[in-house]
Amino acid sequence: MSIRERLSGNEAAATAMKQINPDVVAAFPITPSTEIPQYFSTFVANGTVDTEFVAVESEHSAMSACIGAEAAGSRAMTATSANGLSYMWEMIYIASSLRLPIVMSLVNRAVSGPLNIHNDHSDAMGVRDSGWIMLFSENNQEAYDNLLMAHRIAEHKDVLLPLMVCQDGFITSHSIENIMLEEDSEVKQFVGKYTPEHYLLNKNEPIAIGPLDLQGFLFEHKAQQAEAMRKAKDVILEVSKDFEKWTGRSYSLFEEYKLEDCEIAIVCMNSTAGTTKFVVDNLRSQGIKAGLLKLRVFRPFPAEEIAKALSNVKAVAVLDKADSLNGVGGALFQDVAAGMYVHNTQVPLVNYVYGIGGRDTRADEIESVYKDLQEIVKTGNIGNPYRYLGLRTKK
Amino acid sequence: MPYNMKEIIANKKPHFTEGHRMCAGCGAPVVSRMVMRALKEEDSAVVALATGCMEVSTFIYPYTSWTDSFIHTAFECAASTLSGVEAAYKSLKKQGKLPQDNHTKFIAFGGDGGTYDIGLQALSGAMERGHDLTYVCYDNGAYMNTGIQRSSATPKYADTTTTPAGKVIPGKMQNRKDLAAIMANHHLPYVAQTIAMGDFKDLYEKAEKAIYTEGPTFLNTLAPCPRGWGYDTSELMNINKLAVQTLYWPLYEVVDGVYHITYKPAKKLPIEEFLRPQKRFKHLFLPGNEWMIKDFQEEVDRRWQELLDLEEITNKKNV
Repeated sequence: MSIRERLSGNEAAATAMKQINPDVVAAFPITPSTEIPQYFSTFVANGTVDTEFVAVESEHSAMSACIGAEAAGSRAMTATSANGLSYMWEMIYIASSLRLPIVMSLVNRAVSGPLNIHNDHSDAMGVRDSGWIMLFSENNQEAYDNLLMAHRIAEHKDVLLPLMVCQDGFITSHSIENIMLEEDSEVKQFVGKYTPEHYLLNKNEPIAIGPLDLQGFLFEHKAQQAEAMRKAKDVILEVSKDFEKWTGRSYSLFEEYKLEDCEIAIVCMNSTAGTTKFVVDNLRSQGIKAGLLKLRVFRPFPAEEIAKALSNVKAVAVLDKADSLNGVGGALFQDVAAGMYVHNTQVPLVNYVYGIGGRDTRADEIESVYKDLQEIVKTGNIGNPYRYLGLRTKK
Repeated sequence: MPYNMKEIIANKKPHFTEGHRMCAGCGAPVVSRMVMRALKEEDSAVVALATGCMEVSTFIYPYTSWTDSFIHTAFECAASTLSGVEAAYKSLKKQGKLPQDNHTKFIAFGGDGGTYDIGLQALSGAMERGHDLTYVCYDNGAYMNTGIQRSSATPKYADTTTTPAGKVIPGKMQNRKDLAAIMANHHLPYVAQTIAMGDFKDLYEKAEKAIYTEGPTFLNTLAPCPRGWGYDTSELMNINKLAVQTLYWPLYEVVDGVYHITYKPAKKLPIEEFLRPQKRFKHLFLPGNEWMIKDFQEEVDRRWQELLDLEEITNKKNV
């Protein structure tokens, strides 16, 4: 039986970690994810979990310690945000190359500089090609659910890749909302035991990890990582199906919200999807065929599925909560555009960079995007596809 | 307990096999093999290495020289990586997920680059947190793996590729960092400075103490580099001996805060004896540069006196 509760996003993440009961947690505090290691230390101090908590002196050491712990044969978890993830960056790549299914709770925040502690997705976008599976969460419930599914996905023998569960800093991490929690014993059963095939602490089979990997081998090893990432898609769907059977809550690669018959669509991730659903409902009541594609699985990127889902739409806006400073638009926009082109979905496509540094994105702004899309459908004129939403400009 | 070093060397498992690609005349593999020999026969280790000469020469895919489990991640994080392995061991052992007869020791090796410099933060953190592991620094006094650039362990006036002895600046202009002192000031249960010398007894015994003292322990070992220091490969053991006999590299241990100098030469040799066989100090012997040798000698004397004082003070306190 599910249990009705009221929790913030950080509390939801910490609760999931408590129920997963990992062998090791190594973390360093950083706003807005600080509460996660705080709550978790309380569980450790009170003997609620069996975990060794390693209170490291930096995020670089947090990820290094997670790598050591996971390689040793234990389940290791961490949580961070923004510059914390940037500081881990070197180790983020090493974690995935060593094929260690570490699970991280990433509470998204703007990467410096200048310093800003509020939400955007620039931290996650900075590691989008690092070989981590990346799941995004609209609210506390999804952050919780994604974490419960994380180990089953990451530790699958066809995958063996680290995984991060993203949620929006402050917007969901610090907002208390209703949530359905699952029983400890059922979580334990669903997550299952970690039984790595090779690990450092196996006395019967010593192993060496992290070689100098030269021209003769690195290429093949990287290709194996890429293959694992491709295979992760099916595993995510399989685990999500099992999760639905257990909890009744349904997950896929993305959520299609009134997309089936829609003419104008927005693609976005995390909490903005909530605001967008509200706008879609309003527009629908006015007879406007608006829809939403809320991406859950950003890595592996479901290009073919997205292209198919958007194939009958007349115009699409991709909202990026991080600018790519590359002169052509945000990372999500480029991935969607490339995926649609390759899979023969030719639909007018525009990009809006929005919400940078925690700038509030209101319903009327989302509505203005749909109005712009209506205009594009009417005139056939895209104009500048690289746009801003909510940016103050000189009038 | 009396024992015969020759028998130990001949009979105990080295845990570190031949076939690695370290240079002839390098001091580092001598250190790692002897440290690993200090493991009890029934025990095994997880070894962590910082990126550096030793790592890139002993584990080139798909071959390894290490017979125990081994992990390398990056340059600055051997200590933090190994602290994660040790935390996992503690956790799994506590939960009964590892056999109770699994006795694993945790040993990290890093050069002076990965230890004195880029890895100092991770090392300090791991030591402060009290993980049950031994960190061994093989100090060759510069970034040898990338081609002899200065480090904070490089001695003053040494000619390196980033402190070249030029017409205006005669090599490195700063004194070396005293890492063993920094570690001792973390108030660890065991810190020692040692070297591969003579019958290796000093190194072996200190390694054994470090590995089998519970908690975080640290060994600082001098590991000369024939390429970086400019000596003939056959001269390694002589260089080590001169480092000790000139007191450039004093041998001592700090046990629970109490200093014990483990070798006091009956007749201390002048520092020239250590400097002369090394090409990196060649310019110190040019006419007009005598002041550099004098300055070098004064620093060696000052540090030796400091050590004598520490030994006296800390032993007095504990009477």
